[in-house]
Amino acid sequence: MSKARGLADLGNVYDDGALSNRNLLINSAMQVAQRGTSATLTSGNFTLDRFKVQSSLLDNLVGTMTQDSDAPDGFANSLKITTTTVETAIAADEYFYVTQFIEAQNLQRLSFGSSAAKDITVSFWIKSTQTGVFAVSLYTADNAGIANSTYTISSASTWEYKTITFTGDTARAINNDNGLGMYVNFHLAAGTNFNSDPTDEAFEAYSDAKWAGGHVQNGVITTASATWQITGIQLEAGDTATPFEHRSYSDELARCQRYFQKQISTSSETSLSFCRGQGFASGSAYVYFEHPVEMRTKPSLSSSIASVGNLGALAANGGGMGISALTTVSAWSSVYTTVISLTVSSGTFTAGQATELDAGGNSGAFLSFDAEL
Amino acid sequence: MDNMNITSAQYIEDMDGNNASIKATIDGQELSVPLDPANRHYAEIMRQVEAGTLVVTEAD
Repeated sequence: MSKARGLADLGNVYDDGALSNRNLLINSAMQVAQRGTSATLTSGNFTLDRFKVQSSLLDNLVGTMTQDSDAPDGFANSLKITTTTVETAIAADEYFYVTQFIEAQNLQRLSFGSSAAKDITVSFWIKSTQTGVFAVSLYTADNAGIANSTYTISSASTWEYKTITFTGDTARAINNDNGLGMYVNFHLAAGTNFNSDPTDEAFEAYSDAKWAGGHVQNGVITTASATWQITGIQLEAGDTATPFEHRSYSDELARCQRYFQKQISTSSETSLSFCRGQGFASGSAYVYFEHPVEMRTKPSLSSSIASVGNLGALAANGGGMGISALTTVSAWSSVYTTVISLTVSSGTFTAGQATELDAGGNSGAFLSFDAEL
Repeated sequence: MDNMNITSAQYIEDMDGNNASIKATIDGQELSVPLDPANRHYAEIMRQVEAGTLVVTEAD
């Protein structure tokens, strides 16, 4: 890029109101993986924080979604889809895509639903064993608007940089709240019910045919061992794709923790103490998990009890206890603190005595908190 | 476009006997879901209850 072009682009970005914090997406350099670095392609599954796969009515597909160290210059990681067992055919009512949901209040800079609505540009690095035409769509949830476009992978197994600009939506506003504002969808397969409408980078009223409008290449999930990788995704206001805005790991982690938090014990932390609280009766105690970042909503709680074994707690005499179930207590909890009721399987609490919840001698013991959109 | 498979749901009471949360199995994962309409799991449970496709059983 020439210096003159760079200065011109900088001027455009300034006009669009964002010299920093331009990227509306989180973790799009694929750094943070609190849930782990590999997951199956079951619809709704996350691997890398904030990114998940969604599908409808697939019959055969088995594969993985992983954090991979193969990435273009300037990046350390990518999100990789690998097909193990192929989907034998894509029926009209089937689809598969990778998506990130954006919180509505973070999209207010776009001024959608007004004459000042700003264009949006998405840029990304992409690599696949399958060449061809793939769809990208933006769906605004509050008032069901959709815009879609396509990109073409020209060379197999080669990193390519793509940019797409969508026209701002003057008709449909995005609520200024903590709800779901926008889907950012990268389509990997779509039946004819979902791809038959031509692409249109201007937002329109939603219809199924626009969901993956213009999508052609389903081969990533219909070809054994096919792969698709993406990283460096930037979604920004304006009609100009600017250089990717790199953020530190700790910055990205904190952003991710608004939606998901997990603490897990390693093999050297089998007595990891998660949080502390108080016994109320011999079989009853509440502990208080203080979240390092304010969460989007009161989160759903899950633990490793079913997979790893009972967690532990301390009795008043310092002895260990077994904890076989955890329950979040809504009326005592907030976006800052989750209060957890403990079910005792062995040992007894003493009313009024302090206690704590720990890993119970297990490696891989965890608590996780989900406030995703 | 975002359908959760909910196979069980039961209210759990706090120490005062009030409903404190819902113990649910969603997409194969057991979760303790707070009674918060902004929580995606609670919202989906209530949507399915409203649609008549799910019943949240009372606490034991």
